[in-house]
Amino acid sequence: MRKIEPFLALLLAAAMITAAVTAPWLRFVLTIALAKGIAVIGILLLLRAGQVSFGHALYIAFGAYTVAFLAPRYGDAVVLLLLAAVGAGLLGLVIGLFVTRYRQIFFGMLNLAMSMVFYSLLEKLYHYTKGSDGIRVEIMPIAGQTLDRVAYEWWIFGIAMGLAFVLGFLIRLYLSSPMGEALAGIKTRETRLEFMGVPARGVLLAAYVMSAMLGGIGGAIIAMTSRHVTPLLSYWTSSGELVFIAILGGAGGVLGPFLGAAAYELVRIYAAASFADAWQMILGAVLLLVILFAPGGLWGMAARVMKGRAQ
Amino acid sequence: MSDVLLQATGLRLAFGGVKAADGIDLGVMKGEFLAIIGPNGAGKTTFINMSTGYLRPNAGEITYEGSRITGLSPRAIVKRGIARSFQLPQLFAEHTVEQNIALAVASRDGIWSPLTPLLRPGYRDEARDLLDRFGLSAIAHARADALNEGARKLADIAMAVALKPRLLLMDEPTSGVAASEKMGVVETLARVLRDAQVTAVFVEHDMDVVERFADRVAVWSQGRIAALGPPQQVLSDPAVQRDVIGIERHA
Ligand SMILES: Nc1ncnc2c1ncn2[C@@H]1O[C@H](COP(=O)(O)OP(=O)(O)OP(=O)(O)O)[C@@H](O)[C@H]1O
Ligand SMILES: [Mg+2]
Repeated sequence: MRKIEPFLALLLAAAMITAAVTAPWLRFVLTIALAKGIAVIGILLLLRAGQVSFGHALYIAFGAYTVAFLAPRYGDAVVLLLLAAVGAGLLGLVIGLFVTRYRQIFFGMLNLAMSMVFYSLLEKLYHYTKGSDGIRVEIMPIAGQTLDRVAYEWWIFGIAMGLAFVLGFLIRLYLSSPMGEALAGIKTRETRLEFMGVPARGVLLAAYVMSAMLGGIGGAIIAMTSRHVTPLLSYWTSSGELVFIAILGGAGGVLGPFLGAAAYELVRIYAAASFADAWQMILGAVLLLVILFAPGGLWGMAARVMKGRAQ
Repeated sequence: MSDVLLQATGLRLAFGGVKAADGIDLGVMKGEFLAIIGPNGAGKTTFINMSTGYLRPNAGEITYEGSRITGLSPRAIVKRGIARSFQLPQLFAEHTVEQNIALAVASRDGIWSPLTPLLRPGYRDEARDLLDRFGLSAIAHARADALNEGARKLADIAMAVALKPRLLLMDEPTSGVAASEKMGVVETLARVLRDAQVTAVFVEHDMDVVERFADRVAVWSQGRIAALGPPQQVLSDPAVQRDVIGIERHA
């Protein structure tokens, strides 16, 4: 299965590019899907350790506001992406030092609490954040090039796609490395790690910092795409959405988050257009079906189909 | 051969009213195989837990190679060269047997390499060699939670051996291993440990195993050491026969 993963990734990328070429508004939707997919890899890392964060929208919001605040001064997408990643990583380190002492529901809820603190700060510090009105993000140069709107949007789409590949590849290596397998060991037998001389908390912290960076990068791309950031990015429902996508896509491999994010955004758009009042219900029903009938998510379903083919 | 590797002095630990350790004094000699016997609840596991940093004694101290290790974390103690296996095997249930062992092998280097596979040739070969020696090669790719109790026990011990300790503490290594395979398994284990010059302490309920493999036997009883000496002498002691072996037979 791992062998055909790169092939499936290329297939998914080709489908996305085709869709983006055919319908410009899909380009927007799919850029957001790629950004969320990147952030959801972070959720997947924590799931490997058996932990669920209900607050990772915090890092998306942090990345997005980093772009919104710094765009007027350091207005280059490449620089801002780097700053968002590093900033979110540092924030993840500080918060991670605290939350990685806890497991299960306490871990989940502490993350939720952190994200809600950040949400209130964004709401209350009106002077800096414009509160719930949010901040507009202007089109910015990319690697020194000033672009018109269409070219800019294509570039952001391309950057999101490129980052999805590079980060997905790196995380895939990481997950099958000693460090990544030790992370999975936290889920099943954390004490054994300690009796092997491995600091389990350090292993989880490293994954947590990575997950924060992935969130920060995703958030930065979201800000560059939607070009408007609001405190809602950090609201608990946004965190729930990330967990939703992770489950929908499946935690079996790095492709899951992208399958999940693309499916989620498309279902959401179509459902919202066709059944304005019922789209949350439709999403809920989809999630229920996945949990009941395809616990491996979309990735698990794809894997099963491929296995059937191979036989 | 007569140097003391691990020395416990005056260890005491109570859980509520239960004295799990009630003044334990014991020196483990470099290179020896020391068996611990005694009835259920005597405090055998508690001794291992205190020696590996999992439990902290209320009083007394443990030194290893002359320096004090009481109060150190399990991690710090492993780093000094003391490994353990468990009465109830502690495996990574969702990993294969091979991955379990490889992870133990890798942990000697600190596992911090994020971009090279766990099953890289170096780690994998060493893991396979261990699997081979423990007779686990056939199930190398089975998930740990799919194994029978005997295999889980062996994998658990193999993980401890993979850490290349100088002192290995084993909590009932042969329980769960089929009676017909028991002697063979212990034989192999003893060879592996002698080859690597590992000092071993093992809790054991099977007196045949004790008689055959232990250099010395310590008899645990209600948190105390009731007798200590060579197997022939200790096991033939009428008091030990009455209080321990008799009870063992009925347990
Ligand atoms: N963590 C703990 N909390 C409370 N009581 C404990 C704990 N660990 C051990 N005990 C108690 O201490 C006593 C000694 O337990 P221990 O597990 O060391 O016995 P043992 O000799 O290993 O027995 P067995 O042969 O059944 O494994 C028992 O009465 C046990 O119930
Ligand atoms: Mg015990």
